[in-house]
Amino acid sequence: MATQAVGGALAEGSAGELTLSDRVALLRYMLLMRGIEQRAMTLYRQGKVPGSFYDGFGQEAVSVGAAFAMAPEDRLCILHRDLGAHLIRGVSPARVFGQYMGRAGGVTAGRDGNVHFGDWRLGCVGMVSMLPDMMLVATGMAMAFRLRGERRAAITWFGDGSTSRGDFHEAMNWAGVQRLPVIFVLENNQYAYSTPLTAQFAVDPVERAAAYGFPGVTVDGNDAEAMFAAVFAARERAVDGGGPTLIEAVTMRMHGHAAHDDMKYVPAAQLEEWRAKDPIQRQEARLRELGTDVEAIHEEVRAEIDAGVEEALAMPMPDPQTATHGIFATEAQELLDGQAPYSGWARR
Amino acid sequence: MSTMTYLQAISDGLREEMRADDRVFLMGEDIGVFGGAFKVTDGFIDEFGADRVMDTPLAESAIIGTAIGAGVVGLRPVCEMQFSDFISCGFDQLVNVAGKTHYRFGLNVPITVRLPSGGGFGGGPFHSQNPEAWFMHAPGLKVVAPSTAEDAKGLLIGAIRDPNPVLFFEHKHLYRRVKGEVPGGTYTTPFRARVALEGDDLAVIAYGAMVHTALEAAEDLDGASVRVLDLRSLVPLDEEAILDSVRRCSKVVVLDEANATCAAGAQVAALIAERGFEDLDGPVVRVSTPDVPIPFSPPLEQAVLPSVDRVREACRELLAY
Repeated sequence: MATQAVGGALAEGSAGELTLSDRVALLRYMLLMRGIEQRAMTLYRQGKVPGSFYDGFGQEAVSVGAAFAMAPEDRLCILHRDLGAHLIRGVSPARVFGQYMGRAGGVTAGRDGNVHFGDWRLGCVGMVSMLPDMMLVATGMAMAFRLRGERRAAITWFGDGSTSRGDFHEAMNWAGVQRLPVIFVLENNQYAYSTPLTAQFAVDPVERAAAYGFPGVTVDGNDAEAMFAAVFAARERAVDGGGPTLIEAVTMRMHGHAAHDDMKYVPAAQLEEWRAKDPIQRQEARLRELGTDVEAIHEEVRAEIDAGVEEALAMPMPDPQTATHGIFATEAQELLDGQAPYSGWARR
Repeated sequence: MSTMTYLQAISDGLREEMRADDRVFLMGEDIGVFGGAFKVTDGFIDEFGADRVMDTPLAESAIIGTAIGAGVVGLRPVCEMQFSDFISCGFDQLVNVAGKTHYRFGLNVPITVRLPSGGGFGGGPFHSQNPEAWFMHAPGLKVVAPSTAEDAKGLLIGAIRDPNPVLFFEHKHLYRRVKGEVPGGTYTTPFRARVALEGDDLAVIAYGAMVHTALEAAEDLDGASVRVLDLRSLVPLDEEAILDSVRRCSKVVVLDEANATCAAGAQVAALIAERGFEDLDGPVVRVSTPDVPIPFSPPLEQAVLPSVDRVREACRELLAY
């Protein structure tokens, strides 16, 4: 059932059409993600980011393109190489830098590090390190939407390594059995830490979708507009009662697993090949052709990042007295809607 | 008020809370048409329909994981593990997702997991365990274990209304053996200990089925005045009630059915050593199951589970100390 999705902008006038400002926004969020992560790596080397540091360099189109296709009332379980999805939902750069540096003003106020966060006020649940646990959480959200008869969808991202664990199977099976409005984005970035695809599975996992009773599509994960198109179509199918979709976003992890990893296990030629497919350069080329001043966008993003770093560096560290606070809730919360900048949602 | 078995009280609690709150729904293996392995949800599907009495795939990690997802978007799932032993397959979702979410970023996970637990009827190594302590050791999870019909209903409704993940251990050996007066409608029982028997010579601290073992042992102890404290909740643990029993009796037997090492009773004994030492007039005595899988054959099973005789013997020795 695997098919090749067509990249590029959608036909004029159709649902899911990207306006020029949408296409600029895709570039802007990718630049913001890359810029934040590059600056954070510097902060890490300066000793301001504790632990290790993980980024999604080269994979920006996967989270940005996919999250851009989700409506405010949808819910997201976001992976650690998908910072772009958090930015789209409305998490500010300052709160991201505060998170990396373990500051009181970070999204988890120092309780967790890296991209291990989710702002529930923006419709997101933070990931755990046991991948792909969040596939089940997203499936459960979709189950609630179906039980209540709501036109909403859930989305989650996971890597190629995640397809080897039981929760992948349990989530795919459950979502298939109950035909739930959930979108599974398999972020195939060629390596799970140092383990290549050849040591992970015998058959491309996109083929498995058919066995669970729903479609699997392979998308160029370095093309933000192709990601948007595939996820938008999957979301439409989901909210119309058509059930889940597995989207395999083929991409490449251009940095090591984390800051300590020199990635010597990756052949240089493979990196060179993927460097030529950089998702940001691709979107820039598109927009230049349309007459957009790409340099001006770079400048805006740089200024936003500078301001974010400054704000985060001024945040205090958390009070050690609070380390044992908040283990249990005293009142019930519920995920709230997030930002959804795609112009199509305003047009509805 | 009506007389119900422990099992009927659990059913009644589920039914009344489902009537009172349409966010509450049940998930589990064979709970729909079949009514559950122990018939706790017998007939529920007729009243509430298949969406709210959901037969799930045989996948415990998925039951917990999807319940978490449904809970954070506003529903109140109650999951049934067919046997508490099977929670090992859902351990990761409970411990790493459900238990840590509120601490990490302030989002509560309002799920209840029902766990039919305990031995005494030839269930063997995979249908007899008491895994409460696995979860006492994992921050962010509440753990309750009723011993009476009235508390079974009240603690279950309390668990469903609690904004946190709550593990509700229902002892299988009590299902049809224990009966009592149960209030109608809905009510909640606080997650605190209860004095099951007043006394001041010696205290037996227990929970679940072992409360009844303690009460039986206390009946024939040469006229000694024995106090039985029913913990009811293991997380939070009612430390003040435990220390109060130590102050009143000065001699304490800590009884639980779980394997001894790091069991709930070990935590109670440690608490007494730290904060009740000055009130003691003898060593803290523990009665529990040795660290073995629960064997199948009746003579072997009876040899490891705490019996009335073992508890009585332990009490006699401590009273004579």
